Order: sequence, then structure tokens, then C-alpha cells
Amino acid sequence: MSRATRPAGRFAALAGLIVGLAAAPAAAQDLAIVGGTVHPVSGPAIEGGTVLIEGGRISAVGADVEVPVGVRRIDAAGKVVTPGLFDPVSTIGLVEVDLVRQTRDHSAAGGDDVVAAAFDPLDGLNPNSTLIPYNRTYGLTTVATGPTGGLIGGQAAVIDLWGTTPEEMVVKRGASMQAYFNEGAFRASGGARGAAALKLREVLEDARFWSRRRGAFDRGESRELSESRLDMAALQPVLEGSMPLVIFAQRASDILAALGIAAEYGVRPVISGGTEAWMVAERLAAADVPVILKPLANSPEEFEQIGARSDNAALLHEAGVDVAVSAYDSHRAHAILQEAGNAVRFGLPWEAALRAVTLAPAEIYGVEETLGSLEPGKAANVVVWSGDPFETTSLAETVVIRGRVVPEWSRQRELLERYRSLEAPRPAYGGASR
Amino acid sequence: MTRRWTRGVALVSAAILAAGCATTRSQTREEAATADSVEIRRSLAGTPQGAWESTYTPLPSRPVLITGATIMTAAGEELEDADLLIEDGKIAAIGHDLATPAGVETIDATGRWITPGIIDTHSHLGVYPDPEVAAHSEGNEATDPTTPEVWAIHSVWPNDPGFTRALAGGVTTLQILPGSANLIGGRGVTVHPIPSRTAQEMMFPDAPMALKMACGENPKRVYHDRGPSTRMGNWAGYRKAFIDAVDYREKWDEWIENGGEKPDRDLGLETLAQVLRGEILVHNHCYRSDDMVNMINLSEEFGFDVRSFHHAVEAYKIRDYLAERGIGASMWVDWWGFKMEAYDMVPQNIGLVSEAGAPAILHTDSDIGVQIMNQDAARAMALARAAGIEVTRDEALRWITAVPAWALGIEDETGTLEVGKNGDVVIWSDDPFSVYAHADQVFIDGALVYDRIAGLVPRTDFETGILPPGFRVGTEGGSR
Repeated sequence: MSRATRPAGRFAALAGLIVGLAAAPAAAQDLAIVGGTVHPVSGPAIEGGTVLIEGGRISAVGADVEVPVGVRRIDAAGKVVTPGLFDPVSTIGLVEVDLVRQTRDHSAAGGDDVVAAAFDPLDGLNPNSTLIPYNRTYGLTTVATGPTGGLIGGQAAVIDLWGTTPEEMVVKRGASMQAYFNEGAFRASGGARGAAALKLREVLEDARFWSRRRGAFDRGESRELSESRLDMAALQPVLEGSMPLVIFAQRASDILAALGIAAEYGVRPVISGGTEAWMVAERLAAADVPVILKPLANSPEEFEQIGARSDNAALLHEAGVDVAVSAYDSHRAHAILQEAGNAVRFGLPWEAALRAVTLAPAEIYGVEETLGSLEPGKAANVVVWSGDPFETTSLAETVVIRGRVVPEWSRQRELLERYRSLEAPRPAYGGASR
Repeated sequence: MTRRWTRGVALVSAAILAAGCATTRSQTREEAATADSVEIRRSLAGTPQGAWESTYTPLPSRPVLITGATIMTAAGEELEDADLLIEDGKIAAIGHDLATPAGVETIDATGRWITPGIIDTHSHLGVYPDPEVAAHSEGNEATDPTTPEVWAIHSVWPNDPGFTRALAGGVTTLQILPGSANLIGGRGVTVHPIPSRTAQEMMFPDAPMALKMACGENPKRVYHDRGPSTRMGNWAGYRKAFIDAVDYREKWDEWIENGGEKPDRDLGLETLAQVLRGEILVHNHCYRSDDMVNMINLSEEFGFDVRSFHHAVEAYKIRDYLAERGIGASMWVDWWGFKMEAYDMVPQNIGLVSEAGAPAILHTDSDIGVQIMNQDAARAMALARAAGIEVTRDEALRWITAVPAWALGIEDETGTLEVGKNGDVVIWSDDPFSVYAHADQVFIDGALVYDRIAGLVPRTDFETGILPPGFRVGTEGGSR
């Protein structure tokens, strides 16, 4: 893949930020998932393969792995084994009910204030959100959760869908800066594409200025800045290229404009949305810019999406662009499976589709050292599927996060049990009790 | 409601207020005629016929024999290696080794699947078309909470690119409804998704019209400042409207029976009177179990039937009420959490309602969802089965064909593959319950209206010439 051309160790400096595994639950049980068709993503499929999990990490993957005596075995014969799914665009943990304002914590930019670079929504993460267990039972183990809206919305974090505190859940804080370069952002930033570009340049220019004149600024001997000192500080890793700028852009010309601004400031861009990315696939491939997209978005829902088509993912992949898939729907984040399946229907190779919901997001957010594939040393986020994971009729049968088998519990499951029979005087008094 | 993925993650676009325009009433020729018999007077009690009727005509067709397919009839059977003959726009024969009549074209469908055309009971294509610009916001006459006088057909833009995409998903019939801002939102209409110059040319001939009503959060949110602002305000609003409608109908019934001075027409009350007469079917946006039972109470107070609840996220809680009365529930597989009344979703909702014997329908309310109804029926089936709910493949197919046909009052014409029904037929490249299956060919009234393989892919005027030739979109299904 195009990723291989990246300088080795590009993300090594970030290793210190990857704190999630340190907080892995101590009670993780050693497991051996045996007999399934194993798709490591990092390598070819293994028929009748074994995934050995020790201490919350994968310790071995292969056809001839010896399972130590006493290790719990999960029979995956006739089933499919993959890494846990990773949704690259989410607000999980930051929202419960969209229209209930008090439960929504993913947006700080609003009105005229279109820059909220310092906003780190992780401080408001709710580990008890009902979205977490629900999506987890479908094989989703990891998401990049973060801000929406504005021109620069703030920072996203990579979290595993396991843990009782944000600290336990987090894999990487400040994994990306989220930006919007679409019709909504243009409207909010002065009403024209050029106005948004101007604002973006002003903010990046000021952030660069601030880093050079920080002392003078603190002494009050500097010109004014367009945004707060905290935003300037938050943008430094973006200017250094250590934090990717995930830019939501749709029209081909907007994608190119965003790439141009990123190049001017040495920013490492990722395109999200990308409905018309196929039109500029060669440019994206040449610049080694990955694209996060929604394969089912084949309608011109906005004027900036006139070129929407069903084989966007396939065309980008053919051109050598690394593709990741999101449903852009936190409540139904598991729909990335159906999205990826439809990308295959329209020509994306199956292996590339699996990569698009596992290793590609991990690489985008710089957590590929610990997530995204089944390799020794990586966190044990593993799913056993009843069949082809993209098929409509397949279900996740066993979901493992950091070596723990996730319980089949969710609010939806409990409601189902409560109403499985209407024969009790009131369902609330019948069915299973917990 | 409509949801747009581009407007932030899982954000709901608020109801957009549309500017109202005054309704022009004119005397029709019928009204000017002498109303000297009960029959003539009865014909004048609703909308005088003629001006607003369907002008749809089927596309040209030739008899066709499709051979060697797995035929899923949605009428109880799944036939292996079977043939289907379409003649004169109707299904003429289904069976094994059918003889090829002289001069009949044959399509070899060996290794492929055939189903009835898919039907969506809940669509806003045309009234909230793409691209979503203010000038296209045609679905909610949100100037008054009670607007039974408006008709969706007058808003439908036939150039919505969503129609051609729905067709490519094997959808042959859709009900286009007004939005859910209003307690009583107006009349819905049933159409074929065929690019046309007018929406009238898309109308399913003689299909009954619908009345769109909406429970719960949307009306009280939209009208919070002027009312209704509560559920009890909502219920008072429906009841007031139907009290007026009963009165109106009685006046007209009196005139029909006895003649005399003709009552004044009132467009809104005329619609509600037709609901009371059973000529217009009620389709009710209603999420919560308590709201749905209140709507049943309302229907009993005023003597009309609810044909289907829509977005019925909590239908599973009252599936016994639905089964007992034969009321349909139009449901998503697993949309949830965008508002409070959508919080109690269980993904086995469709399976549970179906198991209880109530009319279970999978609907979309979505320009994307409408393209993958076959996949979603399969997902609902698999989720139900995994929870121990027995669902046959035929039953799951009926959620998107036969049962919605019944809900729209066109079950005698379409919705199953049975001799004598309309030639609304889809040939699939694979098992239609697979995520990888394409609709290869789609027939409406026996006419081939979409052919992925041959590149017969209809395009709206809007998309014509809108991108340079090298960037032509819409044929990717066949080009790969």
C-alpha cells in the first residue's frame, strides 16, 4: 500500500502518547481463537488459523500456533476472524440523543466562532453511553471520536469501546485535528469558499507567528491574534506535521484547495467526506493523502456533491489512494460493515474493504503500532464472525477488546428481553430480570 | 424527518419553514353542471375527478420470458430454476420449463434471482429532493399545524436524482409523503420512480391517496411558540380537526341524499371527509407506543382506520394492538437515538411485529436507504433469527413488497409475483439478500425501465450535462 512509502518510524515519536494499553483491565483472560479463517489484514488470510491472546495482547497468529495448556479456547471453525472494527469518524461517548442538547458534547464551534482548535471533547466523554455496548456487539471495538462543525472543530481521540473511565478507554488523545472545508463551513466563515480559505490561512499563519513570538506575546509585546492563545498552542502539532488535519471536504476543487493550504503550511492532511475525491484521485495518490468516505453516498445531496458515485472507493483504491470507511453515524456506527460491503459491490477488492475499516483508520490516526491488524504485540481487539463480516446476514459472535470477551449486553438487548413476551401482566414485570 | 450524513455526524436537519402560497379555488365544470341525481352529487362530494388524476402510461414493452432463475414470489414460494412470462404488461405465467410463445424475447437468468419490484411506503423523494437547497424544501407546509388541504403531488419535483437511484435499487413504487412538521400534513401520493416531465406522469394509476399525520415531538417542536407545544396539545389539535370533518361530511351527505343548496367546498375538510369515508388511507408518523395507542383511540372516536404507523420504533411494545386491528407498522431496521422518541429501538422490531401477525413493513424515509431495501430486509431477518424469532425468506421479502403494497392499497395490482399482477419485476445478479447483489434489470408494467448490464440507466434532466463528459456519473453499476 501507499503507506509503505512513508518514512519508517514516522509515528514512533507519538508512542508516548499511546496510553490506552497501560490501562487495559488487569482481568483480561488468555484466549485462543482456533480453527477460523483468520484475516490478519497485515498479511494473507490463514485457513484454520489460531489467534493466541495473552495478557490482553495478541501473542501469536498462524496456522501452527501451539496453544498453551489451560488457555481458554474459542472454536471458530467455519467462521471468520478479523481485527476489531475501527470507525474513523464518530462522536461516540459525546452524544446520547442528538436532539437533546444536554446530551451533546461534540461541538464547541458555533455562530461566528468557527475555530475551536483547543477544544478536546474527551474531557466530556461518557463511558456509560448506550451507544458503546450497542455498537460493540456488532464488532466495533475502536472509534476516533471527536468534534463536529466549525472550520476547525477541535481534536479527536482514539478510544476503545471498553472501560469505565475516559482514561481506561483512551488509546490516543489528540489523535487528529478536525476541520471542515464544506458548504456548512463556508457559510459560517463569511459566506464564501474564499473567505473560509482566508480564515484557515489566517489561523495557521497566526499559529506559526505565535510559536515564534511566544515570549513577546506573553509580555504583551505582540500584535493581536485571530484566535485564542490556547488555539494557537493546540495547532502546533498540526504545523509540525505530527498531528494530521482531518479535513471534511466534498467538491473536487475544495479538496484541491484544502490540499494546497495544507502544503503551504506543512500540514499533513486527511480528506474526509470526499464525495468527489475520485475526480482528483491521481493528485491524492501523489500526495499520499488518505480518504475517509461513505460508500453509500452516491447522491448529489448538496451542490458540492454533484459528482457523487457508488464506486468512489474503488476508483480511489485503483489510483493508489488509501481508503477508510465511515457511516458518519454514531448511533449506527456498526453500519460501516454494510457501507464497506457496498464498496465491494461496486468494485473495491474485499481485502481493501476490510483494511478500510481496520488498519487504514489505525494508520490515519497513528495507532497502527497497537491496533488495526492481527499481529503479535498488538492489542487483542478481535472479532469472530458467523460468516463474511460484510454480508447482511452475518453477525459478530465473539467480540474481544484488549483480551476481554465483551458481554452480549446492551440496552437494546435488555429491552428485547423485556418485551420478548407480552404475556406477563406488564412486560416490565416479566422477562429476564437483572 | 430527513437525516443528512453531511450535516455533521448523525445530526438531524430541522424542519425548514416553507413560505405558504394562497390556494386558488375555481369552480370546476362538474360543479357548474346540474346536480340532479344522487350519483352526480356523490361524485362532487370529494375532489371532482379529472384534473389531478394520473397521466402515467407504461413505457413500451414487448412480451418477455425470463428463464432459469430462482423466483421469490413474496406469495409463499421460492422456486428454483423457474421461468416467468410477462405479457401485455402483466405477469402471464410462472413455473418450470414454460414454453416460449412465438416471437417472445427470452432473457436467460440462470444463476440469478427474481423478486417483485420493491415498494417503499415512506419517501420524501421529490418533496425534499437533492440537492438539498432552500428552493427545494417542499415537504412541510409549516405555516399551520393542520394542513390537510395540501397535496404532496403538487410539490414533487420529477427531477429528483433520488428517483433514478431508487430504481437502480430495484424499487418500482414509492409513496411520497408530506413531512412531519404538522399534526395533519396533507395528502401523500404513490408514484413510479421513472424520470418524467411532471409528477403526474409518475402517479400510480388509481392508487388511493394518503393522509399524512404526525404524532409526538416534531409538531410540538415546530409550533412550540404558537402551539401545540405538548402532546396533549397535539391530541386536541387532531380532535378539533376531525370534529369539523365529521360536521362537514354530514352536511355533504345530507346534500348528496336530498339535494338542495350545495355546501361550500373546503379543501382541508374535503380531505378529512374522504378519510372518514375510507377513500384516503391514513399514514401516521408515530414513534412511541403510547402515541400509537392514542391514535387508535382517535380513529375509534371518529370512525376511521389507520392503515400504517410510520417510524414505529416502539411498535414491538404494542404489536398485540396492531395484530388485533390489522394496522400496519412501517419501520426501520435500527435507526435510533436522533431524538427522545427514537430511543427505545430494538433491531428485532420488524421481526417481533411480523411474528405477532401484524402487517410488518420495512420503510426508509431516506434517499440512501431506499437503494438498499433488499439488504435491510435481510439484516432485519438475520437479527430476528439470531434472537430466536422465526422468519422465512418469503416473509422478509414481503416486508418490502406485498405488505407495503397492501399499505398503499395497491395489493391487487403489485407486490407479489402472481399471474395477473402488474409486471413489476426485478432480476438480481445474486441472492437479493446479499450485500453484493445488484438489481440487473427492473421492469415496471412489463417495460424494461432499468438495465445495469446494457447501460439502460435513466437520468434526470437535472443531472444531464451537469458534469463534463469524462466525469459522467450514474452508470458505475454497469461499467464495472
